[in-house]
Amino acid sequence: MKISSINISSEILHKMYVTMLRIRLFEEKVADILSNSKEIICPCHLYIGQEAVATGVCMALNKDDYVFSTHRSHGHYLAKGGDMKRLMAELYGKETGCSKGKGGSMHVAFKDVGFMGSSAIVAGTIPLAVGAAFAFSIQGSKRVSVAFFGDGATHEGTFYESLNFASLKKLPVIFVCENNQYSTHMPISASLADVRIYKKAGIFKMPGIRVDGNDVIKVFEVTRKAVEEARKGNGPTLIECLTYRWRGHVGPSYDLDKGLRSKEELDYWMRRCPIKRLERLMFKLGCLTKDQKDQIYENVKKEVEEAVIFAKESPYPKEDELYKDLLND
Amino acid sequence: MIKMRRLLYHQAINEALHQLIERDPRVFLIGQGVTSPWYVGRTTVGLIHRFGPKRIIDTPVSENSITGIAIGAALAGMRPILVHPRMDFMYYAMDQLANHAATWRYMFGNQFSIPLTIWGIVNRGGGQAAQHSQSLQAIFMHIPGFKIVMPSTPYDAKGLLVSAVEDNNPVLYIDDRWLYNCEGEVPEDLYKVPIGKGIVRREGKDVTLAATSYMVVEALKAAKVLEGEGIDIEVIDIRSLKPLDKEILINSVKKTGRFIIVDGGWRTCGVSAEILSIITTEAYDYLKAPALRLALPDVPAPASPALEKVYYLNSEKIIVKVRELMSDKN
Repeated sequence: MKISSINISSEILHKMYVTMLRIRLFEEKVADILSNSKEIICPCHLYIGQEAVATGVCMALNKDDYVFSTHRSHGHYLAKGGDMKRLMAELYGKETGCSKGKGGSMHVAFKDVGFMGSSAIVAGTIPLAVGAAFAFSIQGSKRVSVAFFGDGATHEGTFYESLNFASLKKLPVIFVCENNQYSTHMPISASLADVRIYKKAGIFKMPGIRVDGNDVIKVFEVTRKAVEEARKGNGPTLIECLTYRWRGHVGPSYDLDKGLRSKEELDYWMRRCPIKRLERLMFKLGCLTKDQKDQIYENVKKEVEEAVIFAKESPYPKEDELYKDLLND
Repeated sequence: MIKMRRLLYHQAINEALHQLIERDPRVFLIGQGVTSPWYVGRTTVGLIHRFGPKRIIDTPVSENSITGIAIGAALAGMRPILVHPRMDFMYYAMDQLANHAATWRYMFGNQFSIPLTIWGIVNRGGGQAAQHSQSLQAIFMHIPGFKIVMPSTPYDAKGLLVSAVEDNNPVLYIDDRWLYNCEGEVPEDLYKVPIGKGIVRREGKDVTLAATSYMVVEALKAAKVLEGEGIDIEVIDIRSLKPLDKEILINSVKKTGRFIIVDGGWRTCGVSAEILSIITTEAYDYLKAPALRLALPDVPAPASPALEKVYYLNSEKIIVKVRELMSDKN
């Protein structure tokens, strides 16, 4: 990228850098805990490698815009501004967890920042995001709604139904497909007749854009444009972010021993680390020094450690919690 | 002063919809056929002309996503009424109903409300056969996270719809097209019928007939005939399946000692099974005879009128069952 083409303040670059690092170090910590203890038992789908997507998208949103997420939820949650301690406590199944220990890793939400929940049912939140956008449109509000989903979600009927309805009604919703090229163990070429997911927008008469999902600035810029159009009443956009998850579908393993993917492929993508990439750019632009970088790492590490301590020290939910929160009475 | 008029059941629903949508800008109606003068049993007449396409939303046939969209709108502060004009198509929407609407409050530790009315219509008979005839109340009753009502009178049709829309939970409002031409007294103003309360439709001392939805009409017919045979029937309209008014059922059994549940859904694992289980465990000491049930046989709905006659329940079948219960051996 040409430096001259970057129209982003150094403050935003810093925010992006910190956000990506918070996600990365949080997830590395979770991987470490999963590998070395039984403190976390719920299934965790780690976001390592995909940080630029959540970060670039959420940086283009306001606090009162809505985000809906998936089973691979931690990155979206943190990028939208969800509390890190309460996320870790949720993974530990503690009563201080963001979902009071009732959701686990796949079901996190933080309503105060517009993080409206994550579904473990593939594509499950796509119509919910459309519905929220529909409400915003009825209310005459300028808010937008975002559906994050993976490439696997485009195998589901509700993806197509939702795109159709959103475009039909010109709703302020952004469909963000994180194409990490695998749905669980299955490579995308084995499951989609046409792997160009962004092309599916055209049949519903909406813009579809493919972007390098490891380039946080590109993701940010494309989202910013889509959000602008949505707020103007010009309807939805489908953004396909090409990216890669470093770990396996679930848990801390790199999955190289299972014959599901090659070391070469993983190495290729690790060389394209979204955080290193932004770091190099910031060094080049002179808006990040080595000392600042070290300081940011220290701060984030400390924040993650504190989150673990908070989670460990928090109590488990009491038995009678089992029966609470089902209905609003 | 309450102004009462006699309305047909479908007119009571239509009036409730007009008044609810007029009163609260958060309420809207979404579903297939809502702008059609006939598709939803004439219940939506006049709405599109009065409120326009922003609040009366006719939809593509995408049941699952439209259901998800209604849930998403509820999460964003609206109070949608989502109609599925034939319950059979709600199987398409099971993911959004069971995995999303029913879980979103619990799964996230009480952060969200889903004030959503899901109106499912049972539309059967007339040779409509297996895929246009199902009464799926038991399937939804099985899933934690819903309230479920089944009104049987025009009065309750309006009053329960108001309660459903004002409730902060997903409420399944299930009604039967066979009720749509029943007539009854209905107040002109908005009023609520409480969710979670059954009602005694007819007092009696010999046998309790508890029934859901249209089966209440048939139970009342049966009671009238049996009165001539000297059998005094108490008819209870269950009205709310979830929460279920166990007390009204148990109190009635205390009085009569004999109990039959009549439900228009299938027998196995049906509403009738759940209610029998409650009666035989919680009212066991008061039973003078085995508690019985009438439900649909465990086969898909047939098309031929000859077979429909065997399949569906009516007052004659109820009468036979009551006589069986009252026979010497009991």
